[in-house]
Amino acid sequence: MPIEVLMPALSPTMEKGNLSKWLKKEGDSVKSGDIIAEIETDKATMEVEAADEGTLGKILVPAGTADVAVNTPIAVILAAGEDKSAIKDAKPAPQQKAAASAPPAKTEKKTQDKPAPKSPKAPEAPAPQAAADPDLPEGTEMVTMTMREALRDAMAEEMRRDGDVFVMGEEVAEYQGAYKVTQGLLQEFGPKRVIDTPITEHGFAGLGIGAALAGLKPIVEFMTFNFAMQAMDQLINSAAKTLYMSGGQMGCGIVFRGPNGVAARVAAQHSQDYSAWYSSVPGLKVIAPSNAADAKGLLKAAIRNPNPVIFLENEILYGHSSPVPKLDDFVLPIGKAKIARAGSDVTIVAWSMGMSYALKAAEELSHDGIEAEVIDLRTLKPMDTETIIESVKKTGRAVTVEEGWQQSGVGAEIAARIMEHAFDYLDAPVARVSGKEVPMPYAANLEKLALPSVAEVVAAAKAVCYR
Amino acid sequence: MAVAQKNSNAADKEPATASKPVPEFNKEQDLSAYRTMLTIRRFEEKAGQMYGMGLIGGFCHLYIGQEAVVVGMQMALKDGDQVITGYRDHGHMIACGMDPKGVMAELTGRTHGYSKGKGGSMHMFSVDKGFFGGHGIVGAQVPLGTGLAFANHYRGNDKITVTYFGDGAANQGQVYESFNMAALWKLPAIYVIENNHYAMGTAVTRASAEVNLSRRGLSFNIPGEQVDGMDVRAVKAAGEKAAAWCRDGKGPYILEMLTYRYRGHSMSDPAKYRTREEVDKVRTTNDPIDMARQRILEKKFANEDGLKKIDAAVRDLINQAAEFATHDPEPDVSELYTDIYR
Repeated sequence: MPIEVLMPALSPTMEKGNLSKWLKKEGDSVKSGDIIAEIETDKATMEVEAADEGTLGKILVPAGTADVAVNTPIAVILAAGEDKSAIKDAKPAPQQKAAASAPPAKTEKKTQDKPAPKSPKAPEAPAPQAAADPDLPEGTEMVTMTMREALRDAMAEEMRRDGDVFVMGEEVAEYQGAYKVTQGLLQEFGPKRVIDTPITEHGFAGLGIGAALAGLKPIVEFMTFNFAMQAMDQLINSAAKTLYMSGGQMGCGIVFRGPNGVAARVAAQHSQDYSAWYSSVPGLKVIAPSNAADAKGLLKAAIRNPNPVIFLENEILYGHSSPVPKLDDFVLPIGKAKIARAGSDVTIVAWSMGMSYALKAAEELSHDGIEAEVIDLRTLKPMDTETIIESVKKTGRAVTVEEGWQQSGVGAEIAARIMEHAFDYLDAPVARVSGKEVPMPYAANLEKLALPSVAEVVAAAKAVCYR
Repeated sequence: MAVAQKNSNAADKEPATASKPVPEFNKEQDLSAYRTMLTIRRFEEKAGQMYGMGLIGGFCHLYIGQEAVVVGMQMALKDGDQVITGYRDHGHMIACGMDPKGVMAELTGRTHGYSKGKGGSMHMFSVDKGFFGGHGIVGAQVPLGTGLAFANHYRGNDKITVTYFGDGAANQGQVYESFNMAALWKLPAIYVIENNHYAMGTAVTRASAEVNLSRRGLSFNIPGEQVDGMDVRAVKAAGEKAAAWCRDGKGPYILEMLTYRYRGHSMSDPAKYRTREEVDKVRTTNDPIDMARQRILEKKFANEDGLKKIDAAVRDLINQAAEFATHDPEPDVSELYTDIYR
């Protein structure tokens, strides 16, 4: 059968081109890879290669033709043994015009007249589901410990449970962790499973993801999340997207953890809250606990989760103590917010360090007769919208608290969701308390101003209560 | 080195690889290598054609000219070894034994593509066949491949990982972060640098201070060598040497494959950075498939008729793949929200 050579598309956006030159003439033999013609587009002159063997039987579009639409037959190649009589009705498509007198392309007008094709509606995104916190057995002993210890215990328990779990990062082994979160792990699990890396975030993040793609369960510690920016390509392009890009065939269960947000007096490059960055990426789960029990239960859940999890800790909170249930296996659900303080007058939504401001503000507000309901998001992605909405339906007012910048922040997202799902319940616009939109200053007084404060949360809550 | 190079001052520094004796293939090896290389070439030609017809969208990077590299390397590997590469990945998938139908259907964005049509040309995977992608960001596969090797090391098995990247990716920082860790921890990683002499449109000599890329591991004490990447036998021999090194627990190994890409960087590359004569010279004097064909005839492993039968079978296979990929339906809209989490 004769083979039609079609006007090729040479870029993702090309629709037509000029056939400037034929390099073979009718009757010439061609083989795969031979250049047979040259095409001009608005970008460049390109060569057309034959993809089949045979004889150039007929040229359908002469050299010098302008605006030849992609996919128009431009020539016919005859296979061995065929002659010209095999070519039937192969006529040039009507849209070709001579280059010299090319009138305005009719084809374009035609397509403009046509009604735009209806694009199918995207299906609804599935709503995230999360179980409730497990009930603690009657009489469960509570042990007070720091968040640092709770995180360490979570890792140790999971490493005892599963030989595929290992920890890697800068100073996690012999130094015992730059913030002592991995204290004692080297002694218990040895250097094969507690691995000091070179200072090479991009490299070890990618290496960890590769190991996870092969089925291991790495916990990768970033000394702080500020340094994870060096690894951002691997976190987003490799960790978050591979499951989708492989059609569900291959994904990675990996935890990236370390302190996030503002510490104290370390200035702009070491003081940034990445909550909004990571929580905008489909494929990642993002957790940011505020207390020791949540830190332990959620880190254990993160290590067991088959997806990439960004686990945002906080340096200041590492030393804060709070009660943790003494259970053999205390695991909390990812994606479930917690009502940390019940109230009926205003909803305050916070997470991680923001909870410290929120809870202190709630105390002060209580003195003024305002009972705030404080929601600890705990998981930023998937976000437990339902718990927020239920609370706002009750209170009619909401304040968000975060250390991060306001523009495109998590607070902005929460405010939008409240508007979408509880607009009719709102008695006041949602207020956002956030970090100021400046690189974190070093000077103590300026640093304080750049951060959210209890006073700002109190003022915002009063404002939405019109008090 | 028979591969043409625009600025030949670099070529002067390179050791003569052609002088090394190349171990001969037996009949089965020569015929099998010929068939697989031809399958890759025909697949890529068909992909180029289908791109031209608008059936394949976006970016499409063809492997034509470089076939001997993946085919020779794959002959040096064992079952269970892993392969990972960048975006010029169709050849690697076929060499790994993935079904051309599934690969082509992914190129056309259809249901039975290897990624259900959600990955496309640059993002395909087959855990079954040990192929870990298919990665679109230049150089990103290098730490990932090092991680696969890390997993083998962690598990104490005798599997090795081959990480392919190009002369362009060889200038990415993460490559050297990976080299350091692989050498430090003695990971079973073969790094295959496919030096096709052009990173998109930039000749190696215009982008690299050290153009002998096999030396790029020197400061990490990673041994490296240059290999005639147009001779499948030389590739296999080098691959076996590197694999043995890795399996012996000696750590990583670098193989720089001197090869050449006939087509543009991607479909929309007008290739103004090199002359047509340069391309033609490689094609006519140093084509990996023509050379294999010549050998087969000389050694009487097959006659013209026998080769024609192989050619016809390969063409048939590829036509079936194209046919399948053209008529397979697009993914169901319900696939939009699947496979984000598991």
